[in-house]
Amino acid sequence: MGDWMENKEGSSIANHRTYWAVWVGLIILTGITVSVAGRNLGRWSIAVALAIAAIKAGLVLSYFMHLNYEKGIGLFKWMIPGIMILFALFIGLTFFDVAFR
Amino acid sequence: MTEKIIGEVQPAVSFYKSSERFGGVFGWIFSTDHKRIGILYLLSILFFFLTGVSLGFLMRLELMAPGPTLMKPQTYNALFTLHGVIMIFLFVIPGIPAIFGNFFLPIQIGARDVAFPRINLLSWWIYMIGAILALLSLFTGGGPIDTGWTFYVPYSLRTTVNVPLAVFAVFILGFSSILTGINFVTTVHWHRAPGMTWFRLPLFVWSLYATAWVQILVTPVVGITLLLTLLERLVGVGVFDPAKGGDPILYQHLFWIYSHPAVYIMILPAMGVISEILPVFARRTIFGYKAIAFSSLAIASVGSLVWGHHMFVSGQSDLASLIFSFLTFLVAVPSAIKVFNWVATLYKGSIEVEPPLLFSLTFIFLFSIGGLTGLFQGALALDVHLHDTYWIVGHFHYVIFGGTGFAIFGALHYWLPKMVGRMYRKSLSYLAWAVIFVGFNTLYFPMLMLGWEGMPRRYYDYLAPFHTLQLISTIGSWILIAGLILMFVNLFYSIFKGKRVGDNPWGGATLEWQISSPPIRENFEKIPTVTRGPYEYGRS
Amino acid sequence: MDVHENRHSIGSKAGMWLFILSEILLFGGLFILYAVYRFKHPSAFHLAAEELSRPLGTINTLILITSSLTMALSILYLKKEDRLSSLMFLLSTLFFGFLFLLIKYFEWAGKISRQIFPDSSRLLERDQGEILFYGLYYSMTGLHALHLLVGLGVLFVMGILIAKQKVNRENIVPLENSGLYWHLVDIIWIFLFPLFYLIT
Repeated sequence: MGDWMENKEGSSIANHRTYWAVWVGLIILTGITVSVAGRNLGRWSIAVALAIAAIKAGLVLSYFMHLNYEKGIGLFKWMIPGIMILFALFIGLTFFDVAFR
Repeated sequence: MTEKIIGEVQPAVSFYKSSERFGGVFGWIFSTDHKRIGILYLLSILFFFLTGVSLGFLMRLELMAPGPTLMKPQTYNALFTLHGVIMIFLFVIPGIPAIFGNFFLPIQIGARDVAFPRINLLSWWIYMIGAILALLSLFTGGGPIDTGWTFYVPYSLRTTVNVPLAVFAVFILGFSSILTGINFVTTVHWHRAPGMTWFRLPLFVWSLYATAWVQILVTPVVGITLLLTLLERLVGVGVFDPAKGGDPILYQHLFWIYSHPAVYIMILPAMGVISEILPVFARRTIFGYKAIAFSSLAIASVGSLVWGHHMFVSGQSDLASLIFSFLTFLVAVPSAIKVFNWVATLYKGSIEVEPPLLFSLTFIFLFSIGGLTGLFQGALALDVHLHDTYWIVGHFHYVIFGGTGFAIFGALHYWLPKMVGRMYRKSLSYLAWAVIFVGFNTLYFPMLMLGWEGMPRRYYDYLAPFHTLQLISTIGSWILIAGLILMFVNLFYSIFKGKRVGDNPWGGATLEWQISSPPIRENFEKIPTVTRGPYEYGRS
Repeated sequence: MDVHENRHSIGSKAGMWLFILSEILLFGGLFILYAVYRFKHPSAFHLAAEELSRPLGTINTLILITSSLTMALSILYLKKEDRLSSLMFLLSTLFFGFLFLLIKYFEWAGKISRQIFPDSSRLLERDQGEILFYGLYYSMTGLHALHLLVGLGVLFVMGILIAKQKVNRENIVPLENSGLYWHLVDIIWIFLFPLFYLIT
């Protein structure tokens, strides 16, 4: 089952090998983030933890949720980056208050 | 101008007479026809508008003279809270999108309905449930809430009135807004008629599109904020309770992250209405179509980053205040672009004075006053003086009522003939307009002066020197209400006894004017293929 | 297949994505609160987090990741018209989801029996940072669990519809949309896990 399959909408979907590979990747990344948690990285620990979480989420979004395969309009591809930027702005502007009181 | 009755008779029946799954009233409240849903919203929203007006009327009666006039302080607190909650969450926020967006968005893009008709019906039902819960909170628990429509902590955590039910009602109402937003974005993206490119869309559609994104993205933030307030009261999680380390200013951040963009939910569709009406009655294409379209998107995006300007005196950091002040001045620019483009549209146009045009011109005038007063508030030093005074009350009534309110009146005068197939008495419209205009300014301009002189808002009582202006303001409220009654009676009467009109009484060029008044169930006999822009006058 | 039908499938999926965006912002508000309070009380958060069971949290993370896999496979097999495999994987997803909730229940029960819950006198004795940590812990994992429960309901209904052949290769969008929702539940947990269980 190695070939890309076309579904009715014309967007190609992953085959089951891809899904299993992603699953393995997610397990490994979970292992990494747990073992790194044992180390003392000071200020970097939360950044590393969030980065790994972001990669895991990215894998789920791209492969399990098929964002990688949605063709056509930029809407699907830009929604998630867009919302991340919006969220970053919300937190950032709030921190301009909280961190500088 | 004489009305042109185009002598075409559509063979199919109007949507009022189309057969639905159920008969009678059920054929309306269970209908998935976007036009019937629009009418349902029209009736319910108008009902709540009149309720809100009545509350305002009572408030003004109390404020007519210093000291107690006809109610106790607690009652007054409940009144201004309810006035705000009802006007904002049950009238202005749903307002134009729910009524005119639902009715006309599909038609203007050449579709038979929205993308998710059943979700559309669900939106209305959720709206009604939220509204009923809000009304229920008046008579249950500890009685009507007295926190102001902003539900600020820690007071909202401590007061013994029925905060939980009221807050839960608003939470429910948020879902209605989100679902409508999802429906409109999807509809505009995937249900346009052949040839209806993005830049051939009516500007009303652009404004609804930008608004829909805001509805989807920021409403959940107030949702979680209200949910947490509920949790705080019920189980004491501590996130907003200062005694447990919670930060009340954080509540304000989360609350205004929604509530500031919410005012753009209120005003963007209103601006869209103005952009629709002006070209028709100036008989020329809109000036700067793309600028107006993109300015809607700019207002929606930049406007989502200015919420801290409600918090300049809350205790937030000076740095945050500086940044929010800067961003606030920035967001005035796209609004100004719209005003310039509207005025430019009228320049050298062939102006036909009709009620929709009159209300639109008044919008520009009143909204500009409100917008300019907003610039005062954006300046940090001035805001220290003006915050929580009557200046603010004057400001937001000029932009919201003078803005969206008048846009709704304009939209009614523009589109009601299409919705019911009959025309109202224009002479009465002009009279009503005049009375409303005089009443509006008599009611609200004194507030700007009162605030400048230092009178705080939400105060039940005041010092003697403020009396004269308060009295003038109250008299203005009576004049305004008289005008509103006149206007609504005129419109209501026209629904049943007005002179019949044809497809296009105004000579509009957008798609809704190419179908029957009122439309048939499927809107179009045949889905049109679009070959030109929405405001191309002076051609063929 | 005609353009009209195609448009509706994409539209339906887009509508689901937009709903997902709104859900992300819903949790987003809580993440903002978390960020601010952790910034203000770094050591109290660390102290409070030590009482959570890292092994259980990790197991739950692995459970949800696996449930995401089985969810994706369920959709894949329905597209291949292998109804039995699709249902099998759907059932597995339900099983994993239920397992997650079970473990969560034991975690919460453990805390509650040790008097660590909002407004408990034992919690109120502690540092404000710890009170806030647990306020956020219960709110966020609680809201997440609620979403998971709703997801289980949706998947259960999908199972019935697949068995009745109402959801099938031609009408697969309901299952796809349910899958999107399920993956969202997984993604939220992917962020909750390090923020509550892996604080150093």
